[in-house]
Amino acid sequence: MTLLLNSCQNIGATLLGFLASIGRVAFFAGQSVGHIFKGPFFVRNLLRQFMDIGYYSLPVVGLTALFTGMVLALQSYTGFSRFNAEGAVAAVVILSITRELAPVLAGLMVAGRVGASIAAEIGTMRVTEQIDALSTLSVNPYKYLIVPRILAGTLMLPILVLIGDLIGVFGGYLVSIHVLDFGVGSYLSQSWDTLETIDVVSGLTKAAVFGFLVSLMGCYHGFNSGRGAQGVGAATTNAVVSSSILILVFNYVITQVFFS
Amino acid sequence: MTAKIEMNNVVKSFGSKEVLKGINLSIEKGESLVIIGGSGTGKSVTLKCVLGLIKPDSGSIKIDGQEITTLETHEHDILMRQFGMLFQGGALFDSLPVWENVAFGLIHGQKMDKISARTIALKKIKAVGMDESVADLYPAELSGGMQKRISLARAIATTPDVIFFDEPTTGLDPIMADVINNLIRQCVKDLGATAMTITHDMASARKIADKIAMIHDGQIIWSGTVEEMDNTDNLYIEQFIHGRAEGPITNNSDIVA
Repeated sequence: MTLLLNSCQNIGATLLGFLASIGRVAFFAGQSVGHIFKGPFFVRNLLRQFMDIGYYSLPVVGLTALFTGMVLALQSYTGFSRFNAEGAVAAVVILSITRELAPVLAGLMVAGRVGASIAAEIGTMRVTEQIDALSTLSVNPYKYLIVPRILAGTLMLPILVLIGDLIGVFGGYLVSIHVLDFGVGSYLSQSWDTLETIDVVSGLTKAAVFGFLVSLMGCYHGFNSGRGAQGVGAATTNAVVSSSILILVFNYVITQVFFS
Repeated sequence: MTAKIEMNNVVKSFGSKEVLKGINLSIEKGESLVIIGGSGTGKSVTLKCVLGLIKPDSGSIKIDGQEITTLETHEHDILMRQFGMLFQGGALFDSLPVWENVAFGLIHGQKMDKISARTIALKKIKAVGMDESVADLYPAELSGGMQKRISLARAIATTPDVIFFDEPTTGLDPIMADVINNLIRQCVKDLGATAMTITHDMASARKIADKIAMIHDGQIIWSGTVEEMDNTDNLYIEQFIHGRAEGPITNNSDIVA
């Protein structure tokens, strides 16, 4: 009986803890977004984040998209040949890339690259009292640190994904033309005929949401980092894990909203 | 006359641990108060409550008679403009060069243009006994003592009314510690500022303080001048200033056991 009670208690405590942390994240998100619209604005910080989050993620996102597009063409060709449906390769590549793979994979790569570095940087600032120092110098840490990162994440990821779309489709095209011997004209026209605006728009919407989530989780975990090297380490891990999971969850939700 | 800083029955708990159990404190304008006490007695939390970095659970904190525990964020940002703070580890922004660290409050808090802010920053860097050539270095390129001095320059750059010092001499060699003590004394005198310092370095406390308050177990248990401190028969003070392992401070806790 006590064993049963104890396990019920544990489940309850875990659930309450989980709900409380959702509340804390939501509160943090609300505060951060509130500060986006009220000055003072730190333009130099914003531009630096555009570079850090956007420009420097280009190689990672580009390579991911390129090889994903290439392998997609190869896989769908060998798979579809079993049903004599090789002709669908162009359509599969362009739809998969724009709707799903470019935003999700770019989101996950950026979560690893940017989410981790945001959490580590802000976490270190928390631990070394630099965030307190900002407050004592009458600069709001939300406006100085959080807002530029969240804005940059939300605005840069769609651009990265758009570039990723192009590179990914190009990767599929390369393999289809040079390895699978498709005709250039028919492949391109098939790709173009299949694609609809909503495919790209839904992908870019996902990208914006993922960018927001990644930078938000990086900032949240860094801002609330525990003490010492261990605290910053845990903050970094939590930022990457939580943003990756949120990306997968929201990917489903957004897909449902757009296509059902 | 209203006190510059007044704390009344300030209570703060973290989880089930009650860190501040009713702090009462008052500092007159232009006075330098040093709070002494062992590690974990609530010194830092007291300081952070006055700075508004931590919100107390109950009690009142007044600056110039104005209650600050109920301020909105932007009102608090404005209040901060009359404060300067020297953090224990320096807390310099490692992404900015030294001069921008010193000028940070001027540029962002007071909206001064960069050229005049740099001029003032260079003056403050000199005032803490350092060469102007460090201005374009990054904090990581400086030694611990130099970082502390730059941090002091940053704290006084905005000519604050109130300066807070968190363990200003911790981690410094005795000579550098004395240099910092002298600088603090001089800066406070030059600015006519009110100062609140927390430390467990008695040499530093004697040098900086007009008045000393001792905190133990979340409460102020004694306060008076340096002279009164040396002549008191308060056993807690006695034990602390002579640094004995045996005494009332350790008997009632598990430090020795």
